[in-house]
Amino acid sequence: MAGATIEIENLTKDYPYGFLHLKKKRSLEGLTMQVEDGEVFGFLGPNGAGKSTTIKLLVGLIFPDAGTASILGKPITDIEMHRDIGYLPEQPYFYDYLTAAEVLDYFARFHDLTAADRSERVKRMLKKVGLETAGKIQLRKYSKGMLQRVGLAQAILHDPKVVILDEPMSGLDPIGRREVRDIILELKREGRTVLFSTHILSDAEMLCDRVGVIVGGKLRGVGAPGEIVGMKTQGMEILFELPASTATSTASANAAGILAKAAKTGDRYRLQVTEEELYAALEQLRSAGAKILSVTQVKATLEEYFMHLIEADRAQAAAVEVSGK
Amino acid sequence: MKRAGAVALNTFREAVRDRVLYNLVFFALLMMAAAIFVGQISIGIEELVIKSLGLSAISVIGLLIAVFIGVGLVYKEMDKRTLYALLAKPVRRWEFLLGKFGGLVLTLAVNTVAMAAGLLAALVYVKQHLERTDTVLFVAIYFILLKLMLVVALALLFSCFSTPLLAILYTSAFYVAGLFVEEMRTFQFATPNPAASWLLRGLSYLLPNFENFNVMAAAAHGREIPGALILQNTAYAALYCIIVLLIAAAVFSRRNLK
Ligand SMILES: Nc1ncnc2c1ncn2[C@@H]1O[C@H](COP(=O)(O)OP(=O)(O)O)[C@@H](O)[C@H]1O
Ligand SMILES: [Mg+2]
Repeated sequence: MAGATIEIENLTKDYPYGFLHLKKKRSLEGLTMQVEDGEVFGFLGPNGAGKSTTIKLLVGLIFPDAGTASILGKPITDIEMHRDIGYLPEQPYFYDYLTAAEVLDYFARFHDLTAADRSERVKRMLKKVGLETAGKIQLRKYSKGMLQRVGLAQAILHDPKVVILDEPMSGLDPIGRREVRDIILELKREGRTVLFSTHILSDAEMLCDRVGVIVGGKLRGVGAPGEIVGMKTQGMEILFELPASTATSTASANAAGILAKAAKTGDRYRLQVTEEELYAALEQLRSAGAKILSVTQVKATLEEYFMHLIEADRAQAAAVEVSGK
Repeated sequence: MKRAGAVALNTFREAVRDRVLYNLVFFALLMMAAAIFVGQISIGIEELVIKSLGLSAISVIGLLIAVFIGVGLVYKEMDKRTLYALLAKPVRRWEFLLGKFGGLVLTLAVNTVAMAAGLLAALVYVKQHLERTDTVLFVAIYFILLKLMLVVALALLFSCFSTPLLAILYTSAFYVAGLFVEEMRTFQFATPNPAASWLLRGLSYLLPNFENFNVMAAAAHGREIPGALILQNTAYAALYCIIVLLIAAAVFSRRNLK
């Protein structure tokens, strides 16, 4: 078995649209990347970037216009490949006339498991995703977050070697997100390979060995989360309070200049400075009698990074257009 | 095959949990009860009335179920995206289609048996006993089931690429046109226009010939049905279903889900 666990080569997908489907919109362009054995790989990109398109190509729900991909050395067109993968669709939906236990048992039937094994696994999975008490309720009564949990359970029910999750944290409350993160980390500990998509940087930073950033159907970079995004700090933010007693004193006069630069919300001030200015600013605040609440690094948000890439795209497109004339 | 079986059982389970189904079957049984009273008014032909009304009810209710559930078999799973998680499992698309087909045919078979039991009960109630000629009823019911299988196969095919509303239209059009296949065969020799003759000939082969399956009149009158017709209809239905399912599989296997 040569190569990576997930091997993607020049994968391209066009969606036809318009009159008689004559026009085509390219939603994935020449994607080439690898996911290595046992790693957690985050697929990062804004909405409409092509994340779901890539994942649906990998699991065989749609077919590429060009390019190939293989998982565990088997081409994605090979049905055998499906034995070893688990997939959580984006905003999953299941047969609403079934209970969670029934739907999991149904999916388990496609994996050559004995009846006893199936029922044992179903119970274990329901417990794992926190649905043990809701297992006998029809899915039509489930909330979005609960369906997401069912989706996760069916994706890992058969102990797949490769787990592919499309926006696993979306639709979940903070506790749910945390539980999903724990499950992903557990999968990693068990030596499984995980590919998941997200548009939330912190999820990726917390979990991934590597991330791939995709914008506008094109892969923009692959690497450790820190290398790719957000590491260029934009300075430091100081959060502080000024006791009312000192507000009129001469000390505060010293701080007047710095206060003018700070943003006030309620009793608190927020001041952004460069890394070089940090100690001088802290000194000034100390002499003004300010109470420092926190100092944090300000990173570019993923949104800003995406915007930056999208703007670069537009500039390039404009340049091409000009030179073309 | 095991995987197609799992899909079939789930399809059956969905139908069984749908209240509409019970209402339809209940309606059919109600019609048979009504037939008893209609029969009592028309003295002497009460048996005939019960048999023809009963068989018609079985056929019509079966057709309604076949068409209305059939056109949603694939479309609904694509539209609601219940298919996404399933197709990522080690299941081939044709296995899924076969399972869907089998599940609805199983549903129809169970319903038809239930309605047939109702019909026999009505007969026994009126006649107090059954005769040898009444066995023709079973042949008529078997033919209805074969006909329903053809309709399910067609509905399933249309369900692979069009919305339920259009699929209902297509399936009904095929069904109605299929009732006139014999007429097309005779008329193709009568028309002087060679193009029309060709068209009619082509259509008469393409369309399912539903006329052969209609033995309700014979059954109602207790006339014998030749064994050759039973064989012929069975083979015809099997072949036609296989061809339609193969086309459906070819269409669906290439299809991109939304
Ligand atoms: N079924 C479809 N038909 C037409 N266009 C589609 C379809 N699915 C996705 N697209 C387009 O392809 C692009 C990528 O979509 P998607 O892969 O869903 O993005 P993401 O998952 O990153 O949010 C989008 O511009 C979207 O509009
Ligand atoms: Mg998406």
